[in-house]
Formats: sequence, structure tokens, C-alpha cells
Amino acid sequence: MNSKTEYILHLADNGLILAQRLGEWCGHGPVLEQDIALTNIALDVLGQARYFYQYAAEVDGQGKSEDDYAYLRGEREFKNFLLLEQPNGDWAHTIMRQFFYDNFMQLVYTKLLLSTDKQIAAIASKAIKEVNYHLKFSSEWVIRMGDGTEESHERVQNAANTLWEFTGELFVPTDYDNEMASQGIAPDVTSLKNEWENRVNEIFAEATLQVPQAIWFQSGGKTGVHSENLGLLLTDLQYLQRTYPGASW
Amino acid sequence: MTILNLEEQFMNRIAADEKIEPKDWMPDKYRKTLIRQIAQHAHSEIVGMLPEANYISRAPSLRRKAALLAKIQDEAGHGLYLYCAAETLGAERDTLMDELHTGKAKYSSIFNYPTLTWADMGAIGWLVDGAAILNQVPLCKCSFGPYARAMVRVCKEESFHQRQGFEILLTLCNGTAEQKQMAQDSLNRWWWPSMMMFGPNDADSPNSEYSMKTKIKRFSNDELRQRFMDATKPQADILGLTIPDPDLKWNEVTGHWDYGEINWEEFNNVVQGNGPCNKLRVKARKEAWDNGKWVREAATAYAAKREQRKSETKQVA
Repeated sequence: MNSKTEYILHLADNGLILAQRLGEWCGHGPVLEQDIALTNIALDVLGQARYFYQYAAEVDGQGKSEDDYAYLRGEREFKNFLLLEQPNGDWAHTIMRQFFYDNFMQLVYTKLLLSTDKQIAAIASKAIKEVNYHLKFSSEWVIRMGDGTEESHERVQNAANTLWEFTGELFVPTDYDNEMASQGIAPDVTSLKNEWENRVNEIFAEATLQVPQAIWFQSGGKTGVHSENLGLLLTDLQYLQRTYPGASW
Repeated sequence: MTILNLEEQFMNRIAADEKIEPKDWMPDKYRKTLIRQIAQHAHSEIVGMLPEANYISRAPSLRRKAALLAKIQDEAGHGLYLYCAAETLGAERDTLMDELHTGKAKYSSIFNYPTLTWADMGAIGWLVDGAAILNQVPLCKCSFGPYARAMVRVCKEESFHQRQGFEILLTLCNGTAEQKQMAQDSLNRWWWPSMMMFGPNDADSPNSEYSMKTKIKRFSNDELRQRFMDATKPQADILGLTIPDPDLKWNEVTGHWDYGEINWEEFNNVVQGNGPCNKLRVKARKEAWDNGKWVREAATAYAAKREQRKSETKQVA
């Protein structure tokens, strides 16, 4: 598989795995308005994933479909961030995961608007509008919980502490990242770190939260070495395609 | 002006097909009947999210996953309009939620059946939303303005869901033998509960008379059930599926499909809480609400702090 296909699949997998997690909230949200909002985000990131899978199919040139990538690859082939396969936990964990990701993707899509690959730039131009909204939504909730009640403050601080170890991976380049950066197709992910941290600092300050310090960062998701969560998630996701091979739905 | 005069005037407005608006005078019974019905309808929308949500994670293609998520989100939206419509009558959403959780308020009994295969996503769209449309289209002309207007939008979306459900089944029926069997099995399980969605026979429907009189309701349960029967049979034929009713036959004289006896004992049991999923559904709703308590409290507390800071800033200025 060439680097470009790998990179596009990395972007697609992020959207799919996050949508799968967010979909678990549907019907179970803390209040109807937020249930609807979270499903909106799930639909947006799923939509982004579909554009990327479809484009990956074109670049890959193996005659595969979007569903082949989503439903017929194993856990070692998925390239999503470890962060996104983490369980939903409570509302604080779900929102914190979202905030860390939105904050990152807002920076990535802003750079991808200038990608030398026209199709990636086109997808980014649609996605950036969605992610701007997602980032506003998740930032506001981080602030609301941090500066809300004692309980909400404690819960959202716990969420930050728990998920922080999965944020390091966002800035660790893989071979396909480096290859894409050298061709001007994608940004150098290491260059996004400062701005990402600045925003975390800014939002956490407003939320009266402590930014977690000096912990060991996990990584591996981007190259297919995942947490135990992913295999279970995929078992569920891929169940019908695996049980009835070749059927159309 | 005496109460009697007000009642008379109200009934005259109903007779003239005028819409009653939230701030208009209305009889207490009319208000209570509407709150009960609208809340029941709203609860049905949000409990109705659960059986379908059961298949979001397992939707068999990305297109189906997106469509299913969007469909369930529509139902949440319907629930929201309806709770708002009930609020215009002076009901509080928290109280309505409590009534759902304690079992005081009912919701459509169909959602107390389990979704066991992907075909159920098709059958729910085709049959359950199909039956809901027949119930709801007349509500677009309901005498209470906010309810009628909410129903216009709801019906448009339901009609889309119904076609989407039919298309899921059509794909299965044109697929492998196993898929077609999955579709037939789903119709077998959902058919009778769908027929029950129109409620008891007219003779046994306790709340119908007043609702008909005040034009909240415009067609009887049995009339609507017959419409559903007549509309659905040719659709089942297109799918190549058999409706599981040995007594089903075309009646030359009436020009309608005659159907077999409905198992009202089952219906009454499901309504009373003994369906396969009653406890599960209410538990899921209650857990969502209880687990969300701290989130709602945080939002309220933060909003209050913000207000306070704003007024402090103003005072300083």
C-alpha cells in the first residue's frame, strides 16, 4: 500500500472510529438537545470518513469500495488514533476526547486546505466548517463542566487526566506522515503541537482546569498497534459483513 | 362572562375549524387530554430511538449507518418539538420525564419489542413509521395549533423514513436467500404489533370520544387500522413477503382487506408493562436521565455564574 493511501486511510479511520463511539450515545444523552448535537457530530465525522475512504479507494487502485476498507480490514490494519477508540465513559470523557481531537483536526484541516492534492483540499474545505463548529461545541462544554459544579469540575479534570496519555500520538509522525509532508500533501504534524497546546492552555484556564503534566504518552494507533478496545469495536461494527460474506445491504 | 359561555365559544371555534392557540381559553379537560396525548407521543419518539439505536454500531454499510443515525436523530427532533408543544400547555419537561420513568405516562407499545436482526430496521421504517404516518397525518389538522404544526414537519420526515425502511427490505428481498428469510422473519414479528399501534377497537377505546368531539382526533382507531391494512398489503406483494395472517382476504363487497383477530390480551399485557422490553426501555431512559443529572446541573450552574459575572461587570462599569 502506498503512503498516500495509508495517509488517507488514517484520516478516514479516525472519522469512522469516532463516529462509532459517538453513535453509542444516540438515545442515551444527558438531555435531548445534547443527544441531537452529539449525533450531528457523529454524522459529520462519518461523512468525512466516507469521503476519505472513497478517495483512498481511488488512490489505492485495487477496485475496493468504502465498505471494503471499513468492514473487511482487521484491527492491525486500522490507523486511527488510540484516543478515538477509548470508551465513551461519562459525558466528561466523551467531550474531552472530542475536544482534544477537534482541536487537532481544526489545525490539520486548515493546513489541508492548502494541500497539493486537490481532492484532499476539497474534502478539507467541507470538513473545516464542520470541525469549527465541533471545536466550539466541545470547548464550550469543557468550560461549562470545568467551571460548573464541584462534581462536574472533578469529572472533567479526571477525563483530562485519563485521556492525556493518548494525545502525544497526535504529534508523532509515521513514515506516511513524513512522506506526505515532503510532498506538500499534508502538514508536518510536529509543527501543530505548539498551537494545539496553546489552545488547550487557553480553554483549560477558562475552565479552571489543570493541564496534565509530564506523563508517558502512548502511541501505536497510527501504525496499527492499538489498545484492546479496537478489536471489540470492530467485531461489532463488522458483524454483518463478516457473517454474510459478499451480501449487499 | 360565565364559564358556560367560554365553553360554548370554545366549541363554536372547534366547529368552525379554528386553531386553538396556547394562550387561548380552553377547557381543563381539553388541556389535560392534549398534554397526555402529546407527552405520550413525545415519549414514543424518544423511547422509539432505542430499538433502532441497538443497530447503529452494526449497520452493514457506511451508507446505512449514516442513514440510520440520521433517522434516529430525526426522532429525537420530533420528541423535542413535541415536548415543546406540551410545554406551551403549561407542562414541565422534567415532570413529563418523571412520569415516563415512573410508568405513569405511556408510550407506543410497539417499542417494547426487541430488534433482533438488521431486517428489523427495515420493518420498523416500513410498518411502524407507516402506521405512525396514518395516525399523524390527520393530526396535521388537529384543533390545537402547536401540535398540528409540529405534525406537518414530523409527517414529512416520517414519510421519508417509511420509504427508507421499505428500501432496506427491498434490498434484502432482492438479496440472498438468507437475507430474504431475514426480511420475512422480521415481518412475522412486527406485523401484529404494528396493527396494534392504532389502539383498541373503537368500542373499547376510552379516550377516543372526547378527542373526536374536540377534533384532536379525526378518525377512529379502526378506520386508521383498515387504511394501514389496505395500504400495506400491495407493498408486501412488491417485496414478495407474506403477511402472517391466515384470515387475510380481499372483500369484494367492502373493497377492503379483511384481517384476522388481533390478540388483545397480548396488547393489554404489553401496555401494562409485560412486553419483552418494557423494563429494558424504561431503564435505559431512566439511566440516561439520571446519569445526565450532573451534566444538566453543571450547565445550569455555569449559566448562573456567567449571568452573575455579567451583572457584576455592569455594576463596575
